[in-house]
Amino acid sequence: MLITCPYCGPRDLSEFTYQGDANRARPDPASTEQQAWYDYVYQRVNTVGDHKEYWQHSGGCRSHLVVVRSTLTHVISSVGFAREHDERKSATRHKSGGKA
Amino acid sequence: MSPRRAASGGRIDRARTIRFTFDGRAYTGHAGDTLASALMANGATLFGRSFKYHRPRGVLTAGIDEPNALVTILSGDVREPNIPATTVEIYDGLSAASQNRFPSLGFDIGAVNQLGGKLLSAGFYYKTFMGPVVGPLKGTRFWMFCEHFIRRAAGLGSAGYAADDARYEKMNAFCDILVVGAGPAGLSAAKAAATAGHRLILADLDATLGGSAKWSGETIDGKDAAGWAEAAATELAALPNVRVLPRTTVWGYYDNNTLAALERVADHRLTPGKGEPRHRHWTIRADTVVLASGAFERTLVFPGNDRPGVMLASAAERYANEYGVLPGNNVAIFTNNDSAYCAAAALRQAGASIAAIIDVRPDISTAARDLAAQTGAELLLGHAVIKAEGGKQLTGIKVQRFDNSTGVLSGEPRSIEADCLAISGGWSPVVHLASQAGGKPEWDADRQAFMPPPATQNWIGAGAFTGAANTETAIAEGRKAGEKAAGAKASRARPVKVFAPALDPHPAPYREIRADGKAFVDLQHDVTAEDVRLAHREGFVSVEHLKRYTTLGMATDQGKTSNVPGLAIMADARGLSIPEAGTTRFRPPFAAVSLGALAGERYGDLRPDRLTPMHDWHVEQGARMLPAGLWFRPQIYGDPGETVEQAYVREAKAVRESVGMVDVSTLGKIAVQGPDAAQFLDRVYTNMFSTLAVGKARYGLMLREDGIAYDDGTTWRLGEQEFLMTTTTANAGKVMQQLEYYLDIVWPELKVHLTSVSDEWAGAAIAGPKARDVLAACVAGTKVDNEALPFMGIVHGQIDGVKVMICRLSFSGEMAFEVYCGAGFGTHVWEALMQAGKPFGIVPYGMEALGTLRIEKGHVTGAEIDGRTTARDLYLDWMLSKKKPFAGSAVMDRDGLLSPSRLKLVGVVSLDDQALAGGAHIVTGGSLEQPGEDIGHITAVCYSPALGKYIGLALVKGGKERIGRRAWSCDPVRKRFGPIQIVSHHFYDPEGSRMHG
Amino acid sequence: MAEYSALSLLRNAFSGNKDWKPAWRKPDPKPSYDVIIIGGGGHGLSTAYYLAAEHGITNVAVIERGWLGQGNIGRNTTMIRSNYLLPDNIRFYEHSVKLWENLSHELNYNVMFSQRGVLNLAHTPSQMDDFARRGNAMRLNGADAELLSADEVARKVPGLDMSASARFPIIGGLLQPRAGTARHDAVAWGFARGADRRGVDIIENCEVTGFLRDGDRIIGVKTTRGEIRARKTAVAVAGMTGHVMKLAGIDKLPIESHVLQAFVSESLKPFVDPAVTFGSGHLYMTQSDKGGLVFGGDIDGYNTYAQRGNLPIVEDVMSEMIAMFPGLARVRLLRSWGGIMDMSMDGSPIITTGPLPGMYLNCGWCYGGFKATPASGWAFAYTIARDQPHAINAAYTLDRFNRGILIDEKGQGATPRLH
Repeated sequence: MLITCPYCGPRDLSEFTYQGDANRARPDPASTEQQAWYDYVYQRVNTVGDHKEYWQHSGGCRSHLVVVRSTLTHVISSVGFAREHDERKSATRHKSGGKA
Repeated sequence: MSPRRAASGGRIDRARTIRFTFDGRAYTGHAGDTLASALMANGATLFGRSFKYHRPRGVLTAGIDEPNALVTILSGDVREPNIPATTVEIYDGLSAASQNRFPSLGFDIGAVNQLGGKLLSAGFYYKTFMGPVVGPLKGTRFWMFCEHFIRRAAGLGSAGYAADDARYEKMNAFCDILVVGAGPAGLSAAKAAATAGHRLILADLDATLGGSAKWSGETIDGKDAAGWAEAAATELAALPNVRVLPRTTVWGYYDNNTLAALERVADHRLTPGKGEPRHRHWTIRADTVVLASGAFERTLVFPGNDRPGVMLASAAERYANEYGVLPGNNVAIFTNNDSAYCAAAALRQAGASIAAIIDVRPDISTAARDLAAQTGAELLLGHAVIKAEGGKQLTGIKVQRFDNSTGVLSGEPRSIEADCLAISGGWSPVVHLASQAGGKPEWDADRQAFMPPPATQNWIGAGAFTGAANTETAIAEGRKAGEKAAGAKASRARPVKVFAPALDPHPAPYREIRADGKAFVDLQHDVTAEDVRLAHREGFVSVEHLKRYTTLGMATDQGKTSNVPGLAIMADARGLSIPEAGTTRFRPPFAAVSLGALAGERYGDLRPDRLTPMHDWHVEQGARMLPAGLWFRPQIYGDPGETVEQAYVREAKAVRESVGMVDVSTLGKIAVQGPDAAQFLDRVYTNMFSTLAVGKARYGLMLREDGIAYDDGTTWRLGEQEFLMTTTTANAGKVMQQLEYYLDIVWPELKVHLTSVSDEWAGAAIAGPKARDVLAACVAGTKVDNEALPFMGIVHGQIDGVKVMICRLSFSGEMAFEVYCGAGFGTHVWEALMQAGKPFGIVPYGMEALGTLRIEKGHVTGAEIDGRTTARDLYLDWMLSKKKPFAGSAVMDRDGLLSPSRLKLVGVVSLDDQALAGGAHIVTGGSLEQPGEDIGHITAVCYSPALGKYIGLALVKGGKERIGRRAWSCDPVRKRFGPIQIVSHHFYDPEGSRMHG
Repeated sequence: MAEYSALSLLRNAFSGNKDWKPAWRKPDPKPSYDVIIIGGGGHGLSTAYYLAAEHGITNVAVIERGWLGQGNIGRNTTMIRSNYLLPDNIRFYEHSVKLWENLSHELNYNVMFSQRGVLNLAHTPSQMDDFARRGNAMRLNGADAELLSADEVARKVPGLDMSASARFPIIGGLLQPRAGTARHDAVAWGFARGADRRGVDIIENCEVTGFLRDGDRIIGVKTTRGEIRARKTAVAVAGMTGHVMKLAGIDKLPIESHVLQAFVSESLKPFVDPAVTFGSGHLYMTQSDKGGLVFGGDIDGYNTYAQRGNLPIVEDVMSEMIAMFPGLARVRLLRSWGGIMDMSMDGSPIITTGPLPGMYLNCGWCYGGFKATPASGWAFAYTIARDQPHAINAAYTLDRFNRGILIDEKGQGATPRLH
């Protein structure tokens, strides 16, 4: 599997650390809303199909990336910096995937 | 054994004689021979014994699809089992042995299993060996008794226990185009693609390129096919942008066009050349892959089809044309398609007589008829072989009239003498890699084969792989594929002409010949057609059930020749078509791969060694080094004749009484810098850091997001916006990663920069009542008295000219300092400190003494912060700030985490003066045999020189509530049981007067 | 006389093996059942078996999307053990080992449970202490365990690299003698046949496409073979739990689906007797009766439902294998495959009533599901029949995460890839 790091370019899976589901919203630090924290810490959408997830380029620039990757085919449809991962901002998106 | 080498012909080098041994007997062959061809040339017909029935077996194929002729290659004590003799290039000194036979290949006691044939039907294991329900053989015992013998009978070759002394290597390669297979299609694709200058890799599993061109006897572009291939190979090898990898099997197709290949670099030599590995494991990342992997010929299923002497027609042709070996002198042919007619012609031309050609089809193409006529053989159309006869050597066959559309046999059987039967059940494209890439092969009724699936990754197919009817088409397809891969326009060059008979590419529908006797589908695993029908009868009808119930296709050849025959029989039994009966998915590897190659250079050197800057000094001082994760740390610095306990007690005592020093360079160190650094630390630590003054340090505790205690350490404020965080050795990497996660994902608005500086700093902790005196004696540029350097204070100075940073903090409970300097000066500063400490009797101490000192103080480490305990379990409540939220704060007080039954930290003291043991449990009473209630376990133990007792830390239910009570250390696995008292975990100087003093 | 025995084999051998009955029928689904079990894998089939055998509930259908046993029951490395650290787990898995010990008799089907032992290798003194803690916990909770010295390890397993110069020298190990291996497929077939003979309908090639509901209550399933009603609907589809539960409107669970690769070498004459695990990394290995070395390591570590992994783990596993047994460098890898694991948030499973009325859930097995097969079905059947958990699965609730009653064997917290 190759992930195209927006900073470093296409790199092998072995350079990355999986950081899990990127659909989760961390509650405000001061929030004591237990259900919201439970959802954040423990609940996962576990999507069949395109899954939004975090990867850290731990063997490279160490950036966290938001990757949309199919859990059925492993084809990656977009990669962006997690820091810019905000629906309002337009994250740098790079096409990569199995089929050219 | 009569020699079978033809007087001339073949592509072997007859001028070079090679000497080798098989089963201890000396043989000769020629350069270019495989072990199979050389032994056949010597007249051998018996090569192996089958898995279950131990039936005698010969050679079926001429390649990696071989199910029968498996041998063990010997190299001193090192053994390489289960290697197809058909793939072993012979060399001087080669020593090989047959397998799965006792006492010898010729006389094998295991063959007695043949008598129990019907008893040993598919699935018989599941129906018996359960044994009695009561008595000494109840439960699993009877099965295990039987299993002992079954295991000895099963298996093929033996692996050796001797370590392999060979070297293995890994290689990463990037290319624009990878061409898999260097037959006519692959060569043609490579030629077309390489002209555009792309980086190209051409891999083929054989020693020389050419594939079928090496033995087809066709004429390509006016040259003989082998010559054409050789010229193409030479041309390609000369190109700077082309890397040719012979003896290389591409075995895995992973995500994003990542392919795995095994190069057998030195298997054809007695010892590898200088600097050469035995095998090289390639990871190839290709933009485009051209799959030109060819096709495997299939067997036909009829009684006795496993007799030595029954061989695939293409293999027989290859032995004759490439190796100059005749698989028989009097050969019969049995086929359901035209391709075997070429084999017949080739064998005739090489000097064999063709006894008969038996074809299940009532009618055949003119070209096939012409070829048959050339051989002078009797042509029996609409016939089938109903039996192959003979023992260790085929003696003849029985044939009968056969209607392939109904499967009905009719007329009188007749016998034909033959010492070899060349068979062809049609061809299966080698779709394995395409299937691994993610597609499902598709059945083609005309070709009677599973064809490559639509590409799910970036590959293009060519040649027999796509079902090309003949070499000319294969070459044309190869060129097209090469051009497409290179992004080039279709060339206008004239197409390559191949002179070959115009055969009909379509075989008859695949059908078993049902007659009396065992007809094998999977030869290696002894799966018969009857086994397939039994599976059907018992409901194991899906392809996967068929495979699993009968073990069809699970042998070392992975069903390369038997997949379609097995499916065809099941489909027939179910009254379905083959695709309705199912397909199987192919998984890596395509062909077996040595484990050594996959382990590569990590073989014998699994992980990197992490050594502190002072490592050599420790070793020179006689330290006993212990692995700690990837690190090596001194356990003790033993004096001669000292036990470990004596050594650490001596070291710990020195710290309490005078001064000692320990290497703490392994601690994780993270520079946390930026305007929001303090705020960031407030969020990740349970306690407050924004209030910390510059030049001071504070002990910090971190929780996981789920509220469980995670890591601890001191963090030093070096400037308004600059902190140096230390973490435990074990968690250095993980904490760094978690902090980066917070900054990148959770709080991207914080202006903080993190740098891992673990390897940049060397650290020494100097501890004991005389520690300050030692510093005072060697530190320049700063005072180190209580005023300049109060508890948790930080100063900067020099030791012997080297800049150092000193923080006064204590893990041991004594007056103590951590001295940090640039890693390159670690030993220099360490030695200067030792020198300065000499007048005070300074000793270096190791992990055991460090542990002893911390246990006496009740400090927790990874044994207590074990990923399950909370801060409250460890009585670190005082570190949980109530003034701010922090990571984990919202969930750390869930009901379950406050339960009174949780394990909490206490101290324990041995009451019988016997040593305690880490991992012992704590029970409320009873005996070793009848222990009382299990209330917890001991996490860390030592002999405390300060207390004169064996003590430990423990996690027990109720924690402090149990202080003062007696309990028992219960250690069944070490057979110890002894009285203990539960006490506070603060054993020594609970007020901390010594470190503050 | 038992349907399967040495005698019946002999009799059938004489009659050309023509009289064997299908191991299980291929019935069409009835319009309704007392209990529907979604998932014809090991756990679903054993649940059906124990519902019939222990609770007399036989009006049961097991619904399988593809072929029976196509999931992890046929994709694992066949190890059976109860060498856990935490009491809840030890008690559950020990119950399972006890069921295994009599399973072939119980099912009249040889599942080839072979108590060859499982040996965990230790490489540092602190690891020996950890193993002692675990071994003691096992002994105190009714399982068996022995702590072995380096010499004892070397005697038990020839071929191990016992040299002091090894990167991670072996200094001892923890042995559970009663642990072992079984023939994985046979377990599915044996339970299927046992359930079938007691009247359970096993319906293959029948995919659940939705749930039938009455308000909140689940009252059956929609399938590719029509609607089927049931008083109770049980879900045992480890690997696909997220997908199936979404059909019931449960969009999130404390589970991630990951791929675990497994490997088998070519067949060898007996090489290693017990199952062995490497302690400095993650590798476990057994030798099958057929002679193949069956082994595996870590999961790939990313969410996936594709039963295929990638190369980094392959190389990792092999390097640990060769570090452990340097003589195996010339043995060859024959086949690899992948299975999809329900990785839970504390590494322990879930066997519970709910989460919706009329529904029962069995999931979250991480990669410990095979050995649990009998106990999982046994406990799940109890839970379905009585509408409350048995003592052995009482801890495996779905709400334990919310309540903070975690069963975190590895102490890794809510990061499934680390369990």
